[in-house]
Formats: sequence, structure tokens, C-alpha cells
Amino acid sequence: MNIELIGITVLWIFLYGYLIVASIDFGAGFFSYYSMLTGRKHLVHGIIERYLSPVWEVTNVFLIFFMVGMVGFFPDTAYYLGTTLLIPGSIAIVLLAIRGSYYAFSTYGSRDNKFYTLLYGGSGLLIPASLSIVLTISEGGYIVEHDNQVTLLYGKLFTSSYAWSVVLLALVSVLYISAAFLTYYADKAKDAKAMEVLRGFAIGWSAPTILSSLLVFFAIQNHNPEHFQNMMSLSWMFVLSFLCFLAATYLIWARKRLGSAFLLVMLQFAFAFFGYGAAHLPYIVYPMVSIHESITSPAMGVALIIAFIAGLLLLIPSLYLLMRLFLFNANYVQGKHHK
Amino acid sequence: MMSYDPAVYSRILTGLTLGFHIIFATIGVGVPVMIAIAEFLGIKKKDPHYMLLARRWARGFVITVAVGVVTGTSIGLQLNLLWPSFMQIAGQAIALPLFMETFAFFFEAIFLGIYLYTWDRFRNPWIHFSISIPVIIGSSASAFFITIVNAFMNTPQGFKLAGRTIIEIDPLVAMFNPATPTKTAHVLSSAYMTCAFVLSAIAAIALLAGKRHAYYQKALKLTMICGLVFSVATAFIGDLSGKFLAEYQPEKLAAAEWHFETSEQAALVLGGVLGENNEIRYGLKLPYVLSILAFGNPNAVVQGLNDTPEDLRPPLYIHYFFDIMVVIGSLSILLCIAYLWYNRRSRLSQNRMLPRWLLRCIVWSGPLAMLAIECGWIFAEAGRQPWILRGYMKTAEGATTAAHVDWMLLLFSLLYMVLGFTVWFILRRMFRTNTPEEELAKRGMEGGSHV
Repeated sequence: MNIELIGITVLWIFLYGYLIVASIDFGAGFFSYYSMLTGRKHLVHGIIERYLSPVWEVTNVFLIFFMVGMVGFFPDTAYYLGTTLLIPGSIAIVLLAIRGSYYAFSTYGSRDNKFYTLLYGGSGLLIPASLSIVLTISEGGYIVEHDNQVTLLYGKLFTSSYAWSVVLLALVSVLYISAAFLTYYADKAKDAKAMEVLRGFAIGWSAPTILSSLLVFFAIQNHNPEHFQNMMSLSWMFVLSFLCFLAATYLIWARKRLGSAFLLVMLQFAFAFFGYGAAHLPYIVYPMVSIHESITSPAMGVALIIAFIAGLLLLIPSLYLLMRLFLFNANYVQGKHHK
Repeated sequence: MMSYDPAVYSRILTGLTLGFHIIFATIGVGVPVMIAIAEFLGIKKKDPHYMLLARRWARGFVITVAVGVVTGTSIGLQLNLLWPSFMQIAGQAIALPLFMETFAFFFEAIFLGIYLYTWDRFRNPWIHFSISIPVIIGSSASAFFITIVNAFMNTPQGFKLAGRTIIEIDPLVAMFNPATPTKTAHVLSSAYMTCAFVLSAIAAIALLAGKRHAYYQKALKLTMICGLVFSVATAFIGDLSGKFLAEYQPEKLAAAEWHFETSEQAALVLGGVLGENNEIRYGLKLPYVLSILAFGNPNAVVQGLNDTPEDLRPPLYIHYFFDIMVVIGSLSILLCIAYLWYNRRSRLSQNRMLPRWLLRCIVWSGPLAMLAIECGWIFAEAGRQPWILRGYMKTAEGATTAAHVDWMLLLFSLLYMVLGFTVWFILRRMFRTNTPEEELAKRGMEGGSHV
């Protein structure tokens, strides 16, 4: 494998990591607010808070990591996406800022403040939609370049069926992934009532998720036939993704082996996400930036990969420790030594 | 209203975001060190007061970390949005330290989560203390690496530029550029110093309000001693930074000191205003001092600003920022010495009271130290104008060409105002509703050895 392929693969893995942890995080915020509105807060809030408190800071790092790596490996993306994304990017930043800080304010500072919960629950739901614009733009057709000036065609973006189907998919999959995880987590905590509420959410969001994935499929066929053809030649990945979805939904519905069910949900998104990504290659921003216009210096490429490996050697044991202490610690999960 | 120029608005917006971020970044780097010191003393001396101090600082710290994280994310993304051409070129030369910064942040994030949620979990208190070490390593390392990126912008090296393409990058040479040692050391020591004074200001406020518990006395003594150590270190490293500037960025030093003619036995100017033809009025001139600051020799020749072409000169207002930084730094050292002297005297006397004027000065030292951080940063950044990459790329060439940067400036100003107010409001409420006395009683921690 050459350096640019290793680079984009590592970055895609990080983006996938962000997709999973951020979905759990954003969805949990929304469920927390929603259950407050519907008077079920006492049922699920403890579970959600126990999970989120030690990990919320880690979630953000995945996104930063992806972005720094992107610019390091593929500097042209900084130029094209940086210029065009000024407004959507700034809005995403503001939403991320509101969510992150009001999560901390409401959890550590001012308990039971409805307004703070609304801010972090609501903004969390808008973030995936605003971030998904990057994926839309990378399909090509929304940017023009002339006289050294790169512009985003807002009119075209807002009237595009593809763009809207991606936003829809981002929204519902966040709720689905989050609910599937929290169902498992509540089950581990032996909190049957919370599990029932969250299981309802997971089942409820499963059908919309798969329907909106189909919608994205159709929309991409219209918007970028070349990419669609590539996806077709990788169709086995999407078939596997669908099978994982069926198995996961069955297990959640039957209240059986909820850990495996969540693993299957992760696999469902892994197959779809990597299938989509592989079909998109060699382009990063179609058709302007491909992975072959990557770093011009092999020395930096090698240094980055060494830094990656060294970093992972440090991070993986630390993440393992974090999970041992919180996620997979029976006493903690059941709230026996909270704080 | 000024006419729309994306480069100008990009500069203002970047300055605003960074100016807001460094308040929380400084706290993020320095406060974990102070928490760890307090916890160490608490375990070592078996003194519950220090333990409570560590806990209470940690509780407030979480709130500031949250804002630090989100504004850090802001600046990380904004660099790409506002300076795409710059990132296209510099992004890859400094990709390595940027990466490592993220790793360090990741490491810190993981262990901070563990640290905050395991206070009473381990039977052996040293295990919990040991978790603070990776938090400190992570936060200080991330400050170290991100400062390297900034050092690179001041003294870029380790690459060649062919048109808009950057070739032959040597990552390590780019990282360990001439500005790296002094910049990183100064950033770290000044962050530790500032946090020591911010925390001592909190203790001083309580003492001024008439609280008499030994807890506050201990908090003040601990923070003031740390403040002395860190501010002396900061002054020493600051002197080395001056020598670095004289050698590698003489135009920045010359602009800071309004030193126009190249000369030996150069004088350092404090305060003053510039008249027409650049003559200095009302300033306090200290002969030889600039030569000593620059080269450690009163007779050394210091390059003047007139030797730099006019269009490459930094703005002359940086003089004031430099002065404010240096004056606050020097006064801080004096303040610590005064505190130690009065503290010793009050120990010998009966009523054990520190003079109120001294406590008032300590209250001021916290915000002033933060002001010094801001001034030092503005001095360093404005002092390398008009360059974004000194010698390679002018600031205006790196900026975005996108429309509506002015609206984004408005959006972010609002965001930072709201965040700033909420943090202030929440921190005040958090510590007013649950006083240390109440907490000590609740935890059955009364007592502890005396100061």
C-alpha cells in the first residue's frame, strides 16, 4: 500500500470512530431532553449521565484528529473545502461549542436546568446535519472555481435531493445508533425500566434509518453516476450491511444479547461507510482533489505514519483503561460508586 | 464601517477566537499542576484541607475545560476556514506537531475523565494521585506542540517553496526551529504562573470577606509560593526570549522598544508616547538595559527598526503590550516576596492577620496575570506582522477569499459573549452555594494540621 492510501484509510477509520461515538453522544443528549419533556427523565437520565460524563471530552478529539490528518496528508482539501465551507463550517463550530459547553454546564454546574438541557440536546441533533454537508460537497457539483476563486453554490446545494437525503440519514442514524447503544448499556446496568424506554427508541428509529439509506442510494445515482457504479461493484458490502441491520433489529426486538446487537449495528454502519468511502476513491473532493495530490514530501508522510502508530500505542491501552473503569465496570455502570 | 476585506476580518476573527481561547487554555495547562500539588500535599501531610482544595479546584476546572475544548475545536476548524491558502502550504510542514498536539489532547481527555470520576474509588490514595500525572503530561504536551506550530510561523525552516507547492520537508527541522525552545518554555511557565495567581486571588477574596478558616490560609500560602517559583522562572525564560528575538527577529524587538537607530549601549524604554518623526516623549529610558536584554552585554550593538524596509515593519503599538507584560511579571515577583515577608511576621504576632492592602493586591494579581498572557500573546503575534510565515508568506496572501467573514465575526462575538457570561455565572454559583466550611463539615473533615 502506498502512503496516500494508508493515510486515507487511517483517516476514514477515525471518521468512522467519530461517527459512532458522536452519534451515541448526540443522540443521548436528545433522548435526555426528550425524556425530560415526556416525564420519563427519572427513568433514563441516570444511565445517560453515567455513560457520558467520563467520555464527552474524548468524542471531540476524534473530529479534530480527522481534520488535522486531512490537512496534513491532503493539503489541497484545506484550500477547496476551507474556502467553500466558511458559513456551514462556522455554524457547525457554533453548534459544537454550544453543545459541548452546555453539556458541562448542565451536568456539573446547574443540575435540572431545562434551558441548558434544551441547548445541548437540540444542538446535538443539528450537528450531524451540518457536518454531513461536507460529505455532500465532496460528491462534486456544488463547487465552482474560476479566477482563483472557489465558490459554493448554495442554491444548488439547498435544492438538491441528494443533499437533503444525506441530512435525513445523518439525523435518523444518530438516534438509531445512540438508542441501540443505550439499550445495551441500560441492560448491563440491570435497569429494566430504562432499557424498555430506550429499546422503544431503537426499534422506532430502525425503519427510518434503513429507508433513508435507500433514499441516499437513489439520490446518488442521479447526482454522481460514476460513484454509484463504483458502489455497485462493491455491492456485497451493502448487502452485508443490510444483513447486520436485520440481525441487530431482531435481537433488540427479542431483548436478547443486546451487546451483540450493538456490535451488529456498528458493523452495519462499518460496511456501509467503508463501502461508500472505497467507492469514492481516488477522489476526496470529486473531481478536484484526489488522493494522489497528497503530501509532496515522503519524509513527512513517513513521520506522520510513525506518529500515528506511536500515538495509537499510547491511546489504545488508555482507552482500554477508560472502558474497564467505566463502561465495563459493573459497579460503576449500576451506579454503585457514582462520583 | 470599514469596507469588506476578508483578510482584515479574518485577522480580527482569529484574534478574537484565540484571545478567548487562551484564557481557558491557560487554565487548562496550569490548574492541573496546582490540583496535583494540592493533592500530593494532602496525602503526604494527611491534611484533609489540601484534599478539599484539590477537589474544589477540580470541580471548577471541569467547567473551564469544557469551554477550553470547544473554543480549541473552534480555532482548529477556523484555521482551515479563514486561512485556506496558508494551511495548504504550512499545514503539511507542521502536520507532525499538529498531530502530536491532538494525541496529547486525546491522552489528557482520557485521563481527565478517569481522574474526575475516581476520587473515592481506590483504597490507596496514591493511585488516584498518580492519574493526575498523565493529565499534566497531556495538557502540558499539547501546549508544547501547539506552540511549536506557532514557533514555526515565526522562524520557518525545514522546507522549500516552489510556487504554491511545498517540497523537501524535513519534519524534525521544521519542528525544532530556533523559536521553539524559548517559546514553548515561556508559554508553559507563564501558564503555571498565571494559574497560581488566579487561584491565590480566589483565596484572597475569601480572606478579605472575613473568612478565618485555616483552609484559606493554606490555599493562599500554597498558591503564593508556587506563584513565586513560576514567576521567577517566567522572568528568566523571558530574558532568554529577548535574546532569541535580538538574533532571529530583530525587527520585532526593535518595534517593541521603539529602537530606530542601530546602536550600541541601547536603552530600554518604559511607557511613553511617540511624537511625529518617531521621537519618544514621557518614556522612562533605562540606558544599557536593552543591550543587556538582547545580548547580555551593555556595550552590544542592537539592530534598529530603520534597518528593516518600511513595508516589512511590525506595528509600533506592540511597545505597550510588551511593557504591560513585563511590568505585570515583575510586580508579581515583588508581590510574592511581600506576601512571604508579611506572612512570616503575622505568624509571630498574635492575631495572625495579613494587611488588607496586601490581600487586595493579591486579588488583583489573578486577572492581571491573565492580562499579561493576553498582552504577551498580542505582542508576539502582532510583532511578526506583516508576515504569516516570516520571510515566506504575507498575512493577506494566506486569508480566505470567501464572502461573509464579517457576519461570521458577529456570530462568534455573540457566541463568546454568551459562553463567557455563563461560565462566570455558573462558577460563582457553584462555589457560593457550597462553601468549604459546609463541605468540610459534611465530609467530617474538620481539623487538619495548622498552617
